[in-house]
Amino acid sequence: MPSQFFIPDPEGQTPNSEGYFGAFGGKFIPEALVAAVDEVAVEYDKAKHDPEFAKELDDLLVNYTGRPSALTEVPRFAEHAGGARVFLKREDLNHTGSHKINNVLGQALLTKRMGKTRVIAETGAGQHGVATATACALFGLECTIYMGEIDTQRQALNVARMRMLGAEVIAVKSGSRTLKDAINEAFRDWVANVDHTHYLFGTVAGPHPFPAMVRDFHRVIGVEARRQLLERAGRLPDAAVACVGGGSNAIGLFHAFIPDPDVRLIGCEPAGHGIETGEHAATLSAGEPGILHGSRSYVLQDDEGQITEPYSISAGLDYPGIGPEHSYLKDSGRGEYRAVTDDAAMQALRLLSRTEGIIPAIESAHALAGALEVGRELGRDGLIVVNLSGRGDKDMDTAARYFGLYDTDAEVAADADTDTAEIEGDAK
Amino acid sequence: MSGNIQLLSDTLATAKSEGRSALIAYLPAGFPTVDGGIEAIKAALDGGADVVEVGLPHSDPVLDGPVIQTADDIALRGGVKIADVMRTVREAHEATGKPVLVMTYWNPIDRYGVERFTAELAEAGGAGCILPDLPVQESALWREHAEKHGLATVFVVAPSSKDERLARITAAGSGFVYAASLMGVTGTRATVSSQAQDLVERTRATGTDLPVCVGLGVSNAAQATEVAGFADGVIVGSAFVKAMLDAPDDAAGVEAVRALAGDLAKGVRGQA
Repeated sequence: MPSQFFIPDPEGQTPNSEGYFGAFGGKFIPEALVAAVDEVAVEYDKAKHDPEFAKELDDLLVNYTGRPSALTEVPRFAEHAGGARVFLKREDLNHTGSHKINNVLGQALLTKRMGKTRVIAETGAGQHGVATATACALFGLECTIYMGEIDTQRQALNVARMRMLGAEVIAVKSGSRTLKDAINEAFRDWVANVDHTHYLFGTVAGPHPFPAMVRDFHRVIGVEARRQLLERAGRLPDAAVACVGGGSNAIGLFHAFIPDPDVRLIGCEPAGHGIETGEHAATLSAGEPGILHGSRSYVLQDDEGQITEPYSISAGLDYPGIGPEHSYLKDSGRGEYRAVTDDAAMQALRLLSRTEGIIPAIESAHALAGALEVGRELGRDGLIVVNLSGRGDKDMDTAARYFGLYDTDAEVAADADTDTAEIEGDAK
Repeated sequence: MSGNIQLLSDTLATAKSEGRSALIAYLPAGFPTVDGGIEAIKAALDGGADVVEVGLPHSDPVLDGPVIQTADDIALRGGVKIADVMRTVREAHEATGKPVLVMTYWNPIDRYGVERFTAELAEAGGAGCILPDLPVQESALWREHAEKHGLATVFVVAPSSKDERLARITAAGSGFVYAASLMGVTGTRATVSSQAQDLVERTRATGTDLPVCVGLGVSNAAQATEVAGFADGVIVGSAFVKAMLDAPDDAAGVEAVRALAGDLAKGVRGQA
């Protein structure tokens, strides 16, 4: 029986054998890592064609993760989206609270097949780190997570979760002390320990085969959503909307819809304080093609190829790169990418919380803010599916400070009440 | 104007004819300042280095350990530009007549433009480039322009490189082959990895005529002597940077670099 939940891209599709999606992708890695990266490609290819691998992964995805994830219609939220119908793909309900577990379980099984005993990973918001620490606990693998020092502060809850699960968490103090620097440090570790260590990369970036492999493990999101929408709404959506940092949840949702020309694929990038301020992480909106972390893709950089420091309120989107397949979708016109500010995302976070009783991650809130815009553009006949990639528990400290929800900060709380009035006024 | 690939080959051949390994020093441009960096690089060459690699600092040096990261940070915060790197190459070469390479990551060159970069480097008197994150299978465009401008393409090989891969790399490379002595990033190490000699032997077994030089982790004269026993060149980077970082002021840093180069030059001659 074919796998229900591990549904890699059908043969003969992108990327090519060198790992290129059009002009983007490839394998820009130090010689020391060539053998290891090639080994991952060979083992993944074998696993992809091995029914035993699919069976084992399926079992985990159903009985451990809780797949399929629900598709929830959100009519009270949708009133603010021009009256379009809005459905949320509930990846936040997966075990560990985000879509990240889909990829992690796949790569953890691969780690075992390669006979490696140690896993390293980078994390921004901590969701990939928590998922990786979880899988390592489950499989008895040694686990080290690299996390930018700034992110360890703004996502302290996830640091505690990782340590509870037995992982070592290393706060990275170099560069911008966020996700980019965590990846640099993980690569340095990998070069030195590659004989027994797998780098469980958390997004659809990095050298080939990671962009294609990580996408394949997340492809289930869109496959399920497509089927669920056909059952529930009786048709395909007008738009599939997701947030993009590195781009894993977005490609997971988008990929099954690529052959459906009438489904718009809309990625929402973090505009931070606004693209015009320079304080953002909107790589596709404001970047140029370059090489970062092993592949060619859009990157935020200056005229001399130095990577510029990104900014977003969301640790998971605070990254100056993007997976190469998104660059390809952008340049081919199949994907649309728009930028969402911190403020728009935070307002959407609160709106979903108050209208539907679902607190989303700040990352996913960028997609929700995008969906509000898209819904208003589509009007009442519109049908939108949004990837709710993660839950917001980890962000409560950031949100509480933003909205002044702590008792000790009455003055800020008063401001936040004003904001609420503004949102309600705006939306109606 | 053609680059100085021939000068590089001749320099390495001369060292060999003297029955010794060549000493290759690395220092980043712009560290601690552009002019200070030029002084330090000239001191390394005057002190006894045969060849120098000038680092073009990058915001994301994934193959560098903390010492070179620190120097890159200082240089970038000081605002070092590619034009400054070119001036560093020019002044170091003109003052000493010795071959000067650039070592950097691929993105700065990709962004600047391969033709523009290679033309300017050749014009500045540069001898070639080492690009550790540009593997051979992605290097065709670079090599085309490097060859056109008389610049060497020095590839890195690693202990994990399989023999067929070594053959492909040595066939595509020029100038010399940079054999990474160990699996890891740049930085000083207490001992020379046992993997280094094996890698040098496997690289030579491809039948290549290129000199094989060993880098990563070599920091003192005794280690230089040890590596010189089996390699055509000894590459030292972090130890020079550390000498600068540890010095009480820039002038003392330059003298420390000169002294270290002198020690290492004795080391590669077995006189340490």
